[in-house]
Amino acid sequence: MSRREEILKTAEKLRWDLGERVHDHTVEALHAEASRIAGKVIAVSGEKPAFNYERILDALVTNRWTGFPIMFLVLAVVFWITIEGANVPSSFLAWILLDTVHPALNQFGGAVGMPWWINGFLFDGVYLAMAWVVSVMLPPMAIFFPLFTLAEDFGYLPRVAFNLDSLFRKAGAHGKQALTMAMGYGCNAAAIVSTRIIDSPRERLIAILTNNFAICNGRWPTLILIATIFIGALAPPSLSSAVSSVAVVTVVVIGIVMTFVVSWGLSKTILKGEASFFSLELPPYRPPRIWQTLYTSVIDRTLIVLWRAVVWSVPAGGVIWLVSNIYIGDSSLAEHAVHSFDPVAFLFGLNGVILLAYIIAIPANEIVIPTVLMLTVLVTGMTELGSGAGVMFELESELATAHVLKAGGWTLLTGINLMLFSLLHNPCSTTLYTIYKETGSAKWTTLAALIPLAIAFLVCFVVTQLWALL
Amino acid sequence: MTKRLQPEQCELCPVNPKAKLTRLGMDAGKFDHVVAVAGNPNVGKSTVFNNLTGLKQHTGNWPGKTVVRAEGGFSFAGKGFKLIDLPGTYSLLSASADEEVARDFILFGQPDVTVVIVDATRLERNMNLVLQVLEITDRAVVCLNLMDEAARHGIRVDARTLMRELGVPVVPATARSGEGMVELLQSIHDVASGAFVCRPKRSWSEQGDVRKAVDALAEKLRDAFPGLSNVRWVALRLLEGDDRIAEAVRTGELTVVGSQALTKETEDVAA
Repeated sequence: MSRREEILKTAEKLRWDLGERVHDHTVEALHAEASRIAGKVIAVSGEKPAFNYERILDALVTNRWTGFPIMFLVLAVVFWITIEGANVPSSFLAWILLDTVHPALNQFGGAVGMPWWINGFLFDGVYLAMAWVVSVMLPPMAIFFPLFTLAEDFGYLPRVAFNLDSLFRKAGAHGKQALTMAMGYGCNAAAIVSTRIIDSPRERLIAILTNNFAICNGRWPTLILIATIFIGALAPPSLSSAVSSVAVVTVVVIGIVMTFVVSWGLSKTILKGEASFFSLELPPYRPPRIWQTLYTSVIDRTLIVLWRAVVWSVPAGGVIWLVSNIYIGDSSLAEHAVHSFDPVAFLFGLNGVILLAYIIAIPANEIVIPTVLMLTVLVTGMTELGSGAGVMFELESELATAHVLKAGGWTLLTGINLMLFSLLHNPCSTTLYTIYKETGSAKWTTLAALIPLAIAFLVCFVVTQLWALL
Repeated sequence: MTKRLQPEQCELCPVNPKAKLTRLGMDAGKFDHVVAVAGNPNVGKSTVFNNLTGLKQHTGNWPGKTVVRAEGGFSFAGKGFKLIDLPGTYSLLSASADEEVARDFILFGQPDVTVVIVDATRLERNMNLVLQVLEITDRAVVCLNLMDEAARHGIRVDARTLMRELGVPVVPATARSGEGMVELLQSIHDVASGAFVCRPKRSWSEQGDVRKAVDALAEKLRDAFPGLSNVRWVALRLLEGDDRIAEAVRTGELTVVGSQALTKETEDVAA
């Protein structure tokens, strides 16, 4: 024991005498040796090719003027392919799961003499929620994740981080937050885990608290649908899909701006500090391996995220069915809740249906729209459209959806506010749980939920008041 | 003209070393050797890892992708190997979290072999990490990855000379297409079984008063921890004020490190 202590004491003393020199000395010796060996074994043969595509590509995608437009263009193309491509498989899945299997299940329930409430709870509640999540989420994820992975494999992501780095530094955050933000466009929960690449705990917390402003997969369908109904409809038919794409990209940009603003605010208040330096390597561009990427992104990402959503949608489906089928007095729990939320919600340009839908759908953002439709029909009494109380449904066409929503008192303002609210509100419970696991702190988890929620209400309130003035 | 062999036949041929490989995925089960995979960020560690274990760990072209230590297994020539994918680091010197994870595992985890994956197109920078790993452990294999990319850039790397300079096996490879993986397996096997004895050259040495200080400290360390193979490195770390290493000296954790290495060597000699 004493011998060990003696060693440490000797080391301490020698350290005093030598000071900082040891570190510099070690590093210098190391680099000299590395350089000697490298010089000995490397031979560069032939002329460098006159046309170095990597350098030219880098000059373009990280350029001060062209970098950002290229970034948004890539983003827009990825969105466009996802939106366009997901339609067909989505309606195919909906046809199988919702139009074929669901009635069959109900028939089966009737045939074996199930009580109506078991039948309703299981098939109209739990099964429908699950089927909805699968048919709405699977196709866009199966398209988006491989596209994203291809860009990643090619080496584009570090260039995005490079472009955004100076902005993040100005906001007092870490440049690598650009990478975790990009992950958030896939899934916020996965992105929270990926913030481990940020060394400083302060900057990592900023990245975690603001990740929510990157729109995850579960929120796209909402944004796309509402943009199509309320904003695309303002334009002539030939332009409407382009206009709605622009609206979606605008929401994305608002999200990025919010990320910077909130990061800046946090680094000036509760997470004070200077941005730390880091070296970001721009890796060489590599030809992506298409088949392997398809395989891994479908298996690793798509199915895992989908499975998680399905697991969460099961209890949510049950709750939706219950609140619309349990009656107090003349009206169901859902109607009571909607009516009591309405006055508050109108202040923020939303309505009680939206608020209730968000509360019920906290486990998974992707069931917000079906819940909204179901509740709207219930409250307005347009029963001929739906399939009964507590049965989530998707309407055949956007026109029919628009009809329901407008009957429920929706306006352009409601649409805009719903999009903003969807962008800004608190993260889903999976993400919150992940935040809790990663930070180990109830305080930061609570803040991660409350900060975005407060911002969402504030922004909707301001927009509504401005709207009233105009 | 001889008849062309089908690839499947090659897979089964006893002359083909790959026939000795069984990928075990996550299920390392019982294993004889632990193999750590180290390397700079974005040099293809995960690709090599997937290639050997048959796992499909997600890979991506950006530094810092692997944030969780991944484990997998394979069996080769009748021996079970457990493979640990360490986070990518540029060095083992400074104290960021991922560098500490990597360093601590190589030092205290006592892997039987540490594979250092190296980007052949950026050899000089990658060499820093190789040299640092070789300071800590004797048993290492260097995998010169991305040889295809190096060739595209007109860079030729002389693997034989590098092997002589480092004193450990050097295997040129292109992990993306699976090239060189069999040779890598063979080298890992040889080092683990003791068939190949690594003699890493720690040829650069300290100068002046730093050297004197290291000498003095190293002598004391040798007395206190007989069998410790990386005495000078430990001495240097103490001189740099590395708290983790000081802690290991205080608690005697280093004794374990030394004695384990010792018993392992005697076992291998006996075998």
